[in-house]
Amino acid sequence: MTAELVRGQNHPLAETRLEIRVSAADAIVAGATLGDADGRVAGARSVAHPASHRLPGLEVSRQAAAEHRLAVDLGALAESVHHVNVLLALPDGAGGPARFGAMAAPFVAVTGLDGTEVASYTVTGLDSESAVVALELYRRQGGWKVRAVGQGYAGGLAAMLRDQGLEDAMGMAAAINEAVTQGVARSIAPPQAPAASGSAPSAARSGRVSYRHPGRQASVPVAAAEPAAGAPAPAVASSEPDRPAPPVAGDATGWTLDERLYNQVWGMFEDLARSAAAYRSAVDFAESRLERELDQVLSDPLTRVGPAADAARDRARAKRTDLVEQARAVLDRDLAQLAAESEVVEHALPPAFARWDSPVWQGYQLPLETPLALRLGDLHLPERTDLRIPMLVRLPLERGLWIDSGRPSGPEAGLVDAAELRGRAMETAVAHAARLLAVHPVGDFTVQVIDPAGAAGAALAPLLASGALREPPAPGAQGVSAVLDRLTRRVDLVQMAVRGGAADSLPPDLDTAEQLLLVNDFPHGFDDRGVTQLRYLADEGPSVGVHLMMVADRADARAYGPVLDPLWRALLRITPVADDHLADPWVGHSWTYEPSVVPQGSDVLRQVLWQVGQARRAYGL
Amino acid sequence: MTVNLSKGQGISLQKADGGTLTAVRMGLGWQSAPRRGLFGSRTKEIDLDASAVLFADGQPVDVVFFRHLVSDDGSVRHTGDNLVGGAGKGGDDEAILVDLQRVPVHIDQIVFTVNSFTGQTFAEVQNAFCRLVDETTGQELARYTLDGGGPYTAQIMAKVHRAGAGWQMTAIGTPSNGRTFQDLMPAILPSL
Repeated sequence: MTAELVRGQNHPLAETRLEIRVSAADAIVAGATLGDADGRVAGARSVAHPASHRLPGLEVSRQAAAEHRLAVDLGALAESVHHVNVLLALPDGAGGPARFGAMAAPFVAVTGLDGTEVASYTVTGLDSESAVVALELYRRQGGWKVRAVGQGYAGGLAAMLRDQGLEDAMGMAAAINEAVTQGVARSIAPPQAPAASGSAPSAARSGRVSYRHPGRQASVPVAAAEPAAGAPAPAVASSEPDRPAPPVAGDATGWTLDERLYNQVWGMFEDLARSAAAYRSAVDFAESRLERELDQVLSDPLTRVGPAADAARDRARAKRTDLVEQARAVLDRDLAQLAAESEVVEHALPPAFARWDSPVWQGYQLPLETPLALRLGDLHLPERTDLRIPMLVRLPLERGLWIDSGRPSGPEAGLVDAAELRGRAMETAVAHAARLLAVHPVGDFTVQVIDPAGAAGAALAPLLASGALREPPAPGAQGVSAVLDRLTRRVDLVQMAVRGGAADSLPPDLDTAEQLLLVNDFPHGFDDRGVTQLRYLADEGPSVGVHLMMVADRADARAYGPVLDPLWRALLRITPVADDHLADPWVGHSWTYEPSVVPQGSDVLRQVLWQVGQARRAYGL
Repeated sequence: MTVNLSKGQGISLQKADGGTLTAVRMGLGWQSAPRRGLFGSRTKEIDLDASAVLFADGQPVDVVFFRHLVSDDGSVRHTGDNLVGGAGKGGDDEAILVDLQRVPVHIDQIVFTVNSFTGQTFAEVQNAFCRLVDETTGQELARYTLDGGGPYTAQIMAKVHRAGAGWQMTAIGTPSNGRTFQDLMPAILPSL
């Protein structure tokens, strides 16, 4: 567990071999001084700095960088050493900021050799200082402790070293700066490296999936296999001075890796939407300009015919072609970058976000907590159909799902007949339900099915066989009303309990797990009362953990007229086959949605459900 | 190094080392009206708005302002509406970020404007400025002081336009009148 220190706070150190990680917004110098019992630094040989980077029990890096790892072995320090001061300084004349106030607060952390953080400290409150003592490690009663110091010096390194009792502070500061300047000259050599990560070893890339932030240094040696190697190279790479950095998974903000991945996927979604918008608007503009220019040629009697007119037309067409080609080149660059990112990200996704054919499902284990979001399928644009963005929705579901078994409007319209479509819709629904069951902890999620005609028999088999669904849905209208009554009662009771603040007085037979109500063949078997109850569940259910998944063809419920429109609108419509009906929230492109289905011949769904069923039985559910 | 631009002066956005800029920020800052008197809250606040209009071949194609914070292509972003201005500390109260690499190829000019949404003229606003900052390094490239404070409610600040492979910025500084950028369109067109 990490102790986040504030200035002046201390924390005991259990281990003697430690690493001190430093990260800053710009290149800085990191060093350390060794002090005696009075805190005085004896001489130049007690200072570890870029020019003399190794002392017994202490090693610092040899150049200025935004990231540092200082290795400390407290056991190997001389007996006389009682204090180790970790200091940070801004290099002179390196073109970076001249004071700490001009950059984001540096961060230091004491970690074990395995990388676990023991204590961390963000050095805040600095302004005109150009050198700072960040941490102090000191002996206390036979052990060592760390203290967050944060003492800054406007006079720079020289003032700091003088304060620590070093005789030739000026000379030492000059020597450090000299060494740093040489180091800078060494490290800036590759011009394409971004300044902030100039010191990060570019060879450090993990096998296929890199969870590493591009600015971090790798602590373990890893096989060098370029994740982006399989992706097509950007079409305009040669004309670009700096290739974009290879993408890494989890390169977004968030508290957990899942949240970072979720945000990254949404970031990719937005970037793709906007890149496509840029391309489409450029092409539209090129077309309209061509039209205008051709009109101009035509409207002037002098230029309407003859070689001049032809030349003008050719010019106009060439301008159009030019612009479209440029736009395409830019789009291809963006798409290549996103494709490379997608390649990396797709492999790093946890089960809830992953495709059914992802290897993580083969190594599936029962989760201990509800995930952040759920993958419903893939989205893509016609500009590049193989670039799939995972469609992730937050859990618990805010809206019910409607799997439309009616005629699709998309590219696959007409390829499947109505009966097959219904079958596929039910299979898709079962795959979604199975995924929901699998990603929730055991006992936190229950599936109920309404299928009055028994039309879904075969599709429900995996749920029934594994025991995830206890009994086949009761046939006929009685089955419908029994399930609806039970869920309506549950919603009603939980709502009352929540409003009254009496969550512990719910009846003991009430299932507190999240409920998914899978309705097949709506409105078959529903009377007016049933329809009203269903609408009640759709409106009130999501806030108290009752979710609706309808497999329905809207045309079947035509007889109800506009009364049911609010119900359909309240549900998120997805389809069992690819269909371009979903719009993104930024520019409103129509995206082709493809449901996440279990690949043909794959046993993964049955295996996962079997595990879920075993666990449910073990829990006595 | 900062360039104080005067009207009509242009600067190239090529970096000193020959590389081109990739991201710039147009910042707008002004001082809020000083509080005075017993009912200080009744002091009229001043709301200036920064907008960016994207032109292709002389036609407005897209606009980024407080009701449309991101251009459809995502290359131009507004950081959000500030209704009262700062305390005169010299920081940006509204900013528009332009990712020059991602600007669609047909966009050849981006015009930045400032409007007084609440209707006060620039004579009543203090310490208003517009500046252009290199977003990657935080360095200020150019600053345009909104003084001359005549009886105007709007100003067409500057334009960033394509020049060869890179971009160039030209200060315009034409005063005008209007509540939002729409009112300025006739005044913008001559300066394209």
